[in-house]
Amino acid sequence: MRRARLAWMAAGMFCLAAPAFAVDDPSEMLPDARQEQRAEAIGAQLRCLVCQNESIEDSSADLARDLRHVVREHVAKGESDQQIIDWMTRRYGEFIRLKPRLSAATVMLWGMPALALIAGLAIAGAVLLRRPKAVPPLSEEERRRLAELSPSTGND
Amino acid sequence: MSENVTRRRMLMTLPVLAAAGIGAGFWKMLSGMGSGGFDPRAIHTPMLDRPLPDFSLPGLPDQGNGFGAADLRAQTRPVLLNFFASWCIPCVAEMPALREIAAHIPVWGIAYKDKPDNAARFVARDGSPFTRAALDLSGMTAIDWGVTGVPETFLILPGGRIAWHGASELTQRTYETQIAPVVRDAMTQSAVK
Repeated sequence: MRRARLAWMAAGMFCLAAPAFAVDDPSEMLPDARQEQRAEAIGAQLRCLVCQNESIEDSSADLARDLRHVVREHVAKGESDQQIIDWMTRRYGEFIRLKPRLSAATVMLWGMPALALIAGLAIAGAVLLRRPKAVPPLSEEERRRLAELSPSTGND
Repeated sequence: MSENVTRRRMLMTLPVLAAAGIGAGFWKMLSGMGSGGFDPRAIHTPMLDRPLPDFSLPGLPDQGNGFGAADLRAQTRPVLLNFFASWCIPCVAEMPALREIAAHIPVWGIAYKDKPDNAARFVARDGSPFTRAALDLSGMTAIDWGVTGVPETFLILPGGRIAWHGASELTQRTYETQIAPVVRDAMTQSAVK
């Protein structure tokens, strides 16, 4: 009982905890909380090119720290999210976007969930259609054979 | 009845064929990774065939005045631009190759986020391969070039167009097989013009 309560408390604490970003140094953060929040949201969409599967907000790589700094500079200058992400893409290519844009190269990536759903529905539909709707009643011949095979009923 | 059996058999081959296809794909990727033809972690710089970004950097202590985008654009011969740092092991390893390559093509160096004295000592230690050297203390110029780490090398053609990019340690072989052909093409093209 006590253990269960502890587990619930731990779970609650996990839920309450703010996402831990790798801002190593509080002086990195912008003084304006709303701008800082925007910078974090932009940084979370940008790949750290050193660790490659982390965003620059999550990574403590040197380059990620520099790019976080660049993002904050541009946010403070009043640029839009799109302008900042474009600035990064001009230098580092599409790869810096953690969420790739729809293009000829990524159309399969984006289309796969829909394709998988359609394929699944098609298979399910085909199987359901092929299943006979109602089992036809036993013929006279079959009924006789069944009576022969089954032990006399009602006596057990 | 027999029609049903052949149909079932055909359906059985489907997963086998799919697995074979996936296997062939993986084999191609892995063999490409082995031979260097395919690198899933490669960053394909969008800088290729673009004019070089603006910058102006100071020199290393006792090694000239540094350089900027204007100096690179003013060149009439192709130039290799090498980002390096004294703290980077592959940069140490590529120094002998850089010295050999510098006999064929001028190499300019930019020290990336390095202490000025360390960078100067590192460059001068066994004879500098660099025609000109500069210092990018903040690393912001490197970001404008799309540099993700050192060493990284760019081939700049006269007029300031980036024609080749390498994000690993340079070797004599890389120069011969990848850089020299691009330089030859560019020079014959400009001669035709």
